[in-house]
Amino acid sequence: MRYHAPQTFEEAAQLAAQAPGVTRFLAGGTDVLVQLRAAMVRPDDLIDIKKIPGTAEISRTADEGWRIGVAVAGAQLGAHAGLKADWPGVVEGMELVGSTQVQGRATLTGNLCNGSPAADSVPGLVAAGAVAEITGPTGKRTVAVEDIPTGPGRTSLTKGEVISALLLPPRGAHGGDAYLRFIPRTEMDIAVVGCAVSLTVEGATITAARVVLGAVAPTVRLVPDAAKAIIGTALDDAALAALTKAAEAACSPIDDKRGTIAFRTEVAGVLARRAARIAYDRARGGKQ
Amino acid sequence: MSRIHVTTTVNGDTVEFLADPRETLLDCLRDHVGLTGSKEGCGTGDCGACSVRLDGTLVCSCLVLGVEAQGRTVETIEGMATGGELHPLQRKFIEHAALQCGFCTPGILVAAKALLEKNANPTDTEIRYWLAGNLCRCTGYDKIIRAVQDAAAEMRGAA
Amino acid sequence: MPKDELKAEFRLVGTRPNRPDGLDKVTGRARYGADATLPGMLWGAVVRSPHAHAKIVKIDASKALALDGVKAVVTRADLPTGLTGEDWNLQENTLAGEKALYDGHAVAAVAATSRLLAEEAARLVEVTYEVLPHVIDVDDAIRPDAPVIREGAADASVPPGMPPNVVRYLDFGRGDIDAGFAAADLVREQTYKTEATHQGYIEPHACVGQLGADGKGEMWVCTQGQWYIRKMCSAVLGLEAAQLRVTPSEIGGGFGGKTTIFMEPLSLALSRKAGGRPVKIVMSRSEVLRATGPTASASMDVKIGMKKDGTITAGRAEFRMQGGAFPGSPVAEGLYCAFAPYAIPALQHIGYDVLANRPKCAAYRAPGSPMGAFAVESLIDEMCRELGLDPMAVRLKNAVREGDTASYGATFGSIGLIETLEATAAHPNLAVPLGPNQGRGIASGFWFNHAGETSVTLAIGEDGTATVSVGTPDIGGSRASIALMTAETLGIRYEDVRVNIVETGALGVNEPTHGSRATFASGKAAVIAAEAAIREMCNRAAAEWGIEPEAVEWVQGAAQPAGPNAGKFPPMSIAEIASKMGGTGGPISGHHESVPDGFGASFGAHVVDVEVDPETGRTTVLRYLVVQDAGRAIHPAYVEGQYQGGAAQGIGWALNEEYIYGKDGRLQNTVFLDYRIPVASDLPPIDTVIVEVPNPGHPYGVRGVGETGITPPLPAIANAIHAATGVRLRHLPMTPPKILAAMKTKG
Ligand code: FES
Ligand code: FES
Repeated sequence: MRYHAPQTFEEAAQLAAQAPGVTRFLAGGTDVLVQLRAAMVRPDDLIDIKKIPGTAEISRTADEGWRIGVAVAGAQLGAHAGLKADWPGVVEGMELVGSTQVQGRATLTGNLCNGSPAADSVPGLVAAGAVAEITGPTGKRTVAVEDIPTGPGRTSLTKGEVISALLLPPRGAHGGDAYLRFIPRTEMDIAVVGCAVSLTVEGATITAARVVLGAVAPTVRLVPDAAKAIIGTALDDAALAALTKAAEAACSPIDDKRGTIAFRTEVAGVLARRAARIAYDRARGGKQ
Repeated sequence: MSRIHVTTTVNGDTVEFLADPRETLLDCLRDHVGLTGSKEGCGTGDCGACSVRLDGTLVCSCLVLGVEAQGRTVETIEGMATGGELHPLQRKFIEHAALQCGFCTPGILVAAKALLEKNANPTDTEIRYWLAGNLCRCTGYDKIIRAVQDAAAEMRGAA
Repeated sequence: MPKDELKAEFRLVGTRPNRPDGLDKVTGRARYGADATLPGMLWGAVVRSPHAHAKIVKIDASKALALDGVKAVVTRADLPTGLTGEDWNLQENTLAGEKALYDGHAVAAVAATSRLLAEEAARLVEVTYEVLPHVIDVDDAIRPDAPVIREGAADASVPPGMPPNVVRYLDFGRGDIDAGFAAADLVREQTYKTEATHQGYIEPHACVGQLGADGKGEMWVCTQGQWYIRKMCSAVLGLEAAQLRVTPSEIGGGFGGKTTIFMEPLSLALSRKAGGRPVKIVMSRSEVLRATGPTASASMDVKIGMKKDGTITAGRAEFRMQGGAFPGSPVAEGLYCAFAPYAIPALQHIGYDVLANRPKCAAYRAPGSPMGAFAVESLIDEMCRELGLDPMAVRLKNAVREGDTASYGATFGSIGLIETLEATAAHPNLAVPLGPNQGRGIASGFWFNHAGETSVTLAIGEDGTATVSVGTPDIGGSRASIALMTAETLGIRYEDVRVNIVETGALGVNEPTHGSRATFASGKAAVIAAEAAIREMCNRAAAEWGIEPEAVEWVQGAAQPAGPNAGKFPPMSIAEIASKMGGTGGPISGHHESVPDGFGASFGAHVVDVEVDPETGRTTVLRYLVVQDAGRAIHPAYVEGQYQGGAAQGIGWALNEEYIYGKDGRLQNTVFLDYRIPVASDLPPIDTVIVEVPNPGHPYGVRGVGETGITPPLPAIANAIHAATGVRLRHLPMTPPKILAAMKTKG
């Protein structure tokens, strides 16, 4: 295995495009190293993108959104007051990935590129409407985060393409988001079900919403019907009941060692309700 | 596979080693630098026995490549006592019987030290969540929490 | 010795000094299994079967051997033939012969100049398999038409006509079982299941082995018992035990799982083939989970008869346990312990040890007892509720006492169950009010404890300090307790005793640190050895004073004349005697070896409060109390530690831990991410009460404390979940999906 530490994304993309064998990008490394160790992947070329200037930075964009570097570790997100005030759901999703130690390394981009339907940080990003900036051998493009994963362990990135930043839109006024996951322990588990909700309100009424479920389908799933169920409501019991139904209906989970189909479906509804309430309270500036 | 020359600072000393790029920082510390205080309990980031600080950040050294340590600063359990003087956490772990087999202990001490630098007065719950990635199979964690609290109190008193 | 001779007050016993190995263990200096490196050392890696059951058609190692730096490959063909009984089982488990018997079963091993190279070479060993039908679950494995794992594995206890995977059958009891049930007001029978769990020690197995063509070998290994390693490796490889020297490293947990061999013989076999270069093998976590010795899984029918006043009139237990592809599940121990806390006139026990395509089980903390307790203590709770009785009162009413015949046939000596239950009932945790969705559960538990072959030497140093050589590795602070007892006996400072865990050449044979025996047996032997040294020191003083040795007594670390008639001499301290020993007859030491008698049984009771999320079925443990009889706590902090650690493992077993197999017979959860042991934030503080009903079989009253604590959590939590939700879970682990499904069924 060859180890590369390019100085620019263009260089990284060229390296990857020209590499004859198996290539892996290394950001935080918390997934790649586990796969290396288990010999699940045996790359010929490992391209460490953390040495590229700017990758460890979180910055404001011109439109009052956020640009998050690909090497920004979870702990850095958690410590960033401005980002946390705008997108608490995105931050709390990332903070649920792994232990304190893993938080010192794991990145949003890595969590996304791992392609796991249970990735804790992805539902929050999708709910927020985040976009990935991709650098490829022929230039840059941007793609909605929900279009990156295509199935367990697979992404829509083509050979030589590398995510060079994640972009969060401006939060704007009266918005709130939240992410919740279900695990049997209190920490250190992979989500059995995850749910992120982002919404905006006018007064007590929800005017826009995105509801996203994790671990209930081959990819993280944006559920427009669930959003519809609460838009135009004040999140009353009827809206919550409709949300629950829509969330459950969107599930096509599997039975596996982490949970059953029935359990995942049921809990998806529970988490949708609970996450929506938190996001709603945040949007209204209230206590959580 | 060709090895890569790595120069890094470990517990204040400059060290050099040749790393296969597939080797983790944990492998390099244990097999090339001769520091076996950091332990491997899982190799997958799930147990925390390999906890070290990398440029001050608490990480699992099994999830860092040895070559990534080039030019960085690494702190391990072997550097925790200064000048023959135990860190209060080390003393309190012994006093409170916060270790049985002791295999998890180096990682827990390194992690707990990082916590107390960030939060000098943590609640029990904060300690438990901070240490959730440090598995201990022997103690049930009770005495570990007490030892961390007692060390924190002593350090606050001394500060 | 009679109870009243036990000393009630001590200078050191019962205090909490720093453990002697504490400094090494908080500084990273302590050397564990994987921490040794030797000149010329090679690394070994093991080739493992990906199939649950498969005929091994061919092993082709040519590609591996062609790699530069690969020094040896071993297969079963390199091991001697003709072994029988458990020796054959161990050899077959070390390296598969004709068939691979479980996912992870070792098939070959390689040695190379680096760890990465050895792993690479292991992947290049080509094994051709012919996959056979497999069976995983114990109830499937006991069916008459189940895939047959091994013909002829059954022992003489199995009557003809039994299903083919039954390898041991037990049937014992007492009294008139039918009359017992007839005398009851309520008779209930239920089936309970527990899944296999792993000890989950954080240190993976690791060793460095070296073996020459002359049959002389050395081994450094993390183990609970260096003599077991020596005996088993010798048997598997056809070596002479005396030629193999085994040095135990510090050990990162064992809980029974490090009382046997796995890859240790492979390191020796590889070393011999590689010209005697030492070979280090360190298991990965997934190798530990797939291919070491988890505990058995169990399927259990229990029937109990109870009168309206709570008197238990009869009990029947029929247990089926699989302990992997080899005989040896702890079904007998499970049955022996199941009804042990109760004085029941009529009992029947039936047991089946069943083979399945899983790894060979090893001991796990009170082997068998947690399963039995889960079934019996759950059913007692169910019946108490049905009859409107207080479960604590029913346990007290039926509790065994000194002199009772145990359910497994022995006669109880001094035991502390009543005292334990009374202390439990009086604890403030029982008065804490509970909120909605919360429930409280109680249960008792039992373990026999064990003594075993023990050999200890104590040597007095030139300055009057003492070195104790023991053969039981220190897993949880036993150096401290042995030093306390030795110092107490000699009348010297705790700090003046050094306890060393020594290699196999230094003492007679010792059983491992298992059966809760280290503080009991090594401690008792150390005290007797110290007494022998005291006698010799009294002799030296007597000779110097010119009086009879019988006229000298030992008081506070010094020899002195016993009373005015013996003569008038100032006390002669241990330091003074020691400083002159070269001229007064030579070195002074004490030695003791025996299979000590008088290990005392230990009972415990646990109380747990839980809260169950009604929408997700997730259980939170709010409060936990362990009360247990320690006989006497030599170092109370480490006794508490045993109680807390046992409870934590039991909580994991009850709620989340289990071996999960796919339809292909492969283990699905081979990393800590999915083999879910409790993390710090999962557990509440664990309160402890040490009950002390001294064991007359030990000079300081010790009974083993290590194992009982894992037994009550399984039923206590099931009982608490029932109290919180109204649903009864009879199949562990009680995961959120199971609890939620049960709550929905109940409606
Ligand atoms: S060895 Fe690194 S987390 Fe377990
Ligand atoms: S003391 Fe043994 S794992 Fe923590």
